[in-house]
Formats: sequence, structure tokens, C-alpha cells
Amino acid sequence: MARLDLKHIQKQFDQVTALSELSLEVASGELVSLLGPSGCGKTTALRIVAGFEQPTAGELLVDGNDVIGVPASKRNMGMVFQAYSLFPNMTAKQNVEFGLRMRKVARDKTRKRADELLEMVGLATRSARYPHELSGGQQQRVALARALAIEPAILLLDEPLSALDAKVRVELRQEIRRVQTELGITTLYVTHDQEEALSISDRIAVMSEGNLEQIGAPADIYRSPRTEFVANFVGLMNGFEGLMHADDVVAVGKSGRPMHVTQDHGHASGEKVLVLIRPESIDLEELRDGVAPPEGVFEGEVLMHTFLGSVTRVALASDLGDLVADVPSIRALTMPPETRVGVHVEAAGIRLLPR
Amino acid sequence: MGVPSTRTAQMAAMTTVGDDKPKKVRKRHKMRFWTYFWLIMAALYFLVPLYSTLQFSLETGQHAYGFKWYLQIFRDPMFRTTFLFSLRLAVETVIIGLALMVPTVYWVHLRLPRVRPVMDLISILPFVVPPVALVVGLSGVFNLMPWLLANSQILAFIYVILALPFTYRSLDAGMRAINVKTLTEAAQSVGAPGWKTLLFVILPNMRTAMLGAAFLTLAIVMGEYTISSLLLFNTFAVYIYYIGNTEAQPAAALAIISFALTWGTMMCLFFLAKTRGRASSGPTAAVGR
Repeated sequence: MARLDLKHIQKQFDQVTALSELSLEVASGELVSLLGPSGCGKTTALRIVAGFEQPTAGELLVDGNDVIGVPASKRNMGMVFQAYSLFPNMTAKQNVEFGLRMRKVARDKTRKRADELLEMVGLATRSARYPHELSGGQQQRVALARALAIEPAILLLDEPLSALDAKVRVELRQEIRRVQTELGITTLYVTHDQEEALSISDRIAVMSEGNLEQIGAPADIYRSPRTEFVANFVGLMNGFEGLMHADDVVAVGKSGRPMHVTQDHGHASGEKVLVLIRPESIDLEELRDGVAPPEGVFEGEVLMHTFLGSVTRVALASDLGDLVADVPSIRALTMPPETRVGVHVEAAGIRLLPR
Repeated sequence: MGVPSTRTAQMAAMTTVGDDKPKKVRKRHKMRFWTYFWLIMAALYFLVPLYSTLQFSLETGQHAYGFKWYLQIFRDPMFRTTFLFSLRLAVETVIIGLALMVPTVYWVHLRLPRVRPVMDLISILPFVVPPVALVVGLSGVFNLMPWLLANSQILAFIYVILALPFTYRSLDAGMRAINVKTLTEAAQSVGAPGWKTLLFVILPNMRTAMLGAAFLTLAIVMGEYTISSLLLFNTFAVYIYYIGNTEAQPAAALAIISFALTWGTMMCLFFLAKTRGRASSGPTAAVGR
């Protein structure tokens, strides 16, 4: 277990800035995900930590020791790659043993450790198979075992599940989290998949264009995004223009209808804000013809349904503007397109960002 | 009214379908005939001269056949000397070529992918510059350092240039077939230094490409005549040329022996390619499972 500190790391590729002053701390035994769209610099950051890229500026500390300039082979960091990276000329077991052989660990210890790790990733019966005889998911499990065999100070995972199908992805991410928790290994995990990051991380660092937008626990990132980018990238968000009326009242959308806010936001009256509402914070109820919506409830009309299984995503045109709401699929049946509905927004589900 | 017209249409359709079938069959038979025709023609084009040479090489008298000329060739000490000399040169060329090109191609793939077009261009230069021009160019070097010509090993170094297109192409294709960058980084991440990565991870996965390069080099060196004759070295190709100019039937026997050697090399390549195809089908099939 080791502590990892990235301090003001910069990386420039010719004229392109891949990372601008990235600072990040990963505590011992913690799993931090770098989450962001393609080209945001997350993989570059991981490759700098691994030693495959050199930063233009900044410090990289492992347990307080600067490791910049230390070759990748001497950093003691295990890495699982996005592409299948098992050595084709070796069996699953030989792949796992490889790192230990390089370190000249005694043969019987090497074998024992490889057996243990293959057992841990559920591939003990397939240890004699060559990579091309294994499925994609099995190959990534072996790659994980290989990375763990050397008892690395830090485990680095570069989108290890992106080449796998959805079901295997879910299984394997749970497996990775289980193994990581079991071994208590400090882990940096790169992904563009928000669901993956939300489900396995202790903390998530959301990145955009080489900058760290926000870092925090998955629930905080989801519930309290600090920037518009984070709000839009993590989960689905309805966004409206708003104007503060009072500490706890904001006028929303074109109609300027007031909404109560419980967030401790610090915006002064008369300030323009961005009002953010998650689809699951919106409740819909059918309105009878000629009946006005009750106080605090907006009026809307159902435009479209998207069935997602247990919930249905309902697109609406409302007093607030166009929005989407997630409602239980059973209830959505009673609100087909063109139904007039009342739109109730939970005050606790409203987030305000400065405009 | 409607029913009969439908029936007529159905019958018409059936008739059309019925007419189409034999037409298609006839067309298929016709295509098959021409396929076999051209195949046989191509085979005859190659096999008739070969058969004639074989027959001529086996003829020991009027309507008498035997291996007399073959035995004469095998008994000729020059055959053994020149063959072994060329074989030694071929092995040396293979070793020097691979020792030079494997790390180069690996490094280009790993660190300098932008240099690949330049490498492609350099690798085809031996095709553009004829061997005679190469010898003329080298004569300048030999004038400065005449002692170089005293050692026959110099030929191996020249042959490395001659075999460069084949060596480079084969190794380049081999490197492309494996994910060099990821494999190297994976090896380094678990503690393998550069040379161990090359030795234990890259080279074993390049076995087929290296064997391919080796066999092609072998075939080139065994048949190279221009450079060796101009530099006055007695290689196997020079011996074949000499026999061809002096004795007709042993020359035919030698041509068949030479053909068998080349054919043997080709067959080795063919079986290696088959093995490679089987091995490479694995990872591709696994993707997405």
C-alpha cells in the first residue's frame, strides 16, 4: 500500500496541452477513478504515473518520494491495459509468473503465487490456456492477476473493461473492486464510463480538457456537481436559466415561476444562476382536463417515452422548459404522449450553479 | 377474374424459375470449365519445361534413364564446396541481417513510428539499385580498403543489403501483427527491462516473421550470381552458371537440384504461414467474447 501524489503535473505534446497543472492525492488503499471524455488527459495522467510518459512539469510522489525519472520497470506499479496485453507466447499461468521471474523470485514461490492469484480471479482451471484460448473477460482477469503478482505499490487500470460486452463488464468491475478491497491496494482507475466510475470508486476525479473539474465521493459528484461540465457529464441533468429572488427562492425558465431551494448555495438575490435538476428528482402526476395544477406544481405535456426497464424516461414540454423525468415504468403507462401532467420538483433535488 | 389471372401469374413465375435453374447450372459449369482450363494451361506452362529438364537430366543414353548426371554433380567436389560456401554465407547473412534489423524495426515501431515511411523507402532501395551498380559503388570502398576483399565474409555484409527488402518487410509485418507497444509496456510494468522485454516477449512472438525473413534471405543468397562473380568469389550460383556453360546434362541435373532446394524453402515458408495463420486466428476470435 502506498500513497500517491500528483502535484501540478503538466504535459505538453508539441502544441497540444494534454494536462495543465493536475494535482491529485490518492490515499493508501483508496480507489480513485479518473473520469472524463476522450482526450481529456486521463490516460496521459495514468501513463505519467506508470512511467510511460514524462511530464513537462510537476512532481509525482509515491509515499513522498519523487519517482519522475524512475523507469517504468522499476516503479513497482502493476498495470492493466485497455487492449488485450497478455503475452501470446505464454500460458495464463506463465503470464502471471512473468513479473516474478523478472524479479528472480524462487520458482516454487512464483508458482504458488501464480496459482493463488489465478484462483483469486476465478481462472485456476484455465491456467494452462494460451491467451487466444481465453475470452476477452478471462484475458483481462489474467492481466489483473499478472499486475497483482508483483505486489505492486500502486495498481493502474486503463479502461480495462472497454473492450468487453456489457454483462462481462459489470461482472468484472465488481471483481476488480472485490480484489482491490481484499488486498487494500492503492488504485488509479481510468474510465470514460460514468456508471463504472460511480459503482467502484472511493472517489472520482472528473477531468475535462486537461483539467481536474471536480474530485469527490461518487454520491457527491452525482448529487452536487460543482461545474456545468460535471453536471452534464455525470448522469443526466435538466438545466434551466434562473434568477435568485430570495435566499431560498429562484425564478426558473422563461415563465419565471418561483421554486424553493434548500441547497446552501451562497447566491445573492438578483443573481443569475443555472438551475440543475436530475430526472429522478421530478415527479409527474396526471392532470384532469380543466383542472389547474396545485400550488408549487408546474404544468407539462408528455412528448415521448423511452423505456429503460424499471424506469421510463419521459420527455416533457413544461412551464420550466423542455425536460426529462424518470418515472417508474408502471406509472408511465398511465401517461402516454400528449397527456397533460403536473410536474413536481423536489426542493432537495435542485442544484444551483453560478451563471 | 382475379383468381385465373393470379394463377397465370404464378404459372408464369414458375416457368421463369424453371427456366432459370438450368441456365444457372450451365453458367456454373461453363465457369468451372474455364477455371480448370486456365489452371491446366498455367500448370503446363511451368511443368512442361521442368519435365523436359528433368527428363534430359535423367537421360543417360538413347531410351536409357538413370541418375548418372546427378551422381556426377554430387561427386564433384566443387558442388559440395560452393554449396557449403553459399550456405555458410546465407547463414551469416541471416544472423547479421536479423541482429541488425530486429532491434531496428522494434525501435521504429515502439518509439519512432513516424520514421516508418523512411524505413519503407530505404528498404526498397536494393530493388531500385541493380546489383551491378552496387558492386561499382562498393569498388570505391574496396579501393580504399583492399583488405576487405581478402575475406569472403564481406559477401555476407553485402548480401544483408540485398536481402534488406525481404528482411525488413517480413519483420515489419510480424511487428504489425502483434501489439508491440502494449506488450512492451505490459512487460515493463511488471519489471522487465528493455532487453528482457525484447528477448522474452517480443522475439518469441516474432518467430514466424524471423523464420520467414531467414528463408527468403537463404533463397536470395543461394541464387545470387552478379555480385559474387564480379567480386570473383566462387559461390553456388557461379558454379551453376559454370556448369551450365560447359556440360549440358549435368547442368540440367543441377537445375533440378537447385529447383528442389528452392522448392523446399518455399514449402517451409508455406507451412510456417499456415501455422502463423492458425496462431493469429486466436486473439481475433477472442475479441468481444
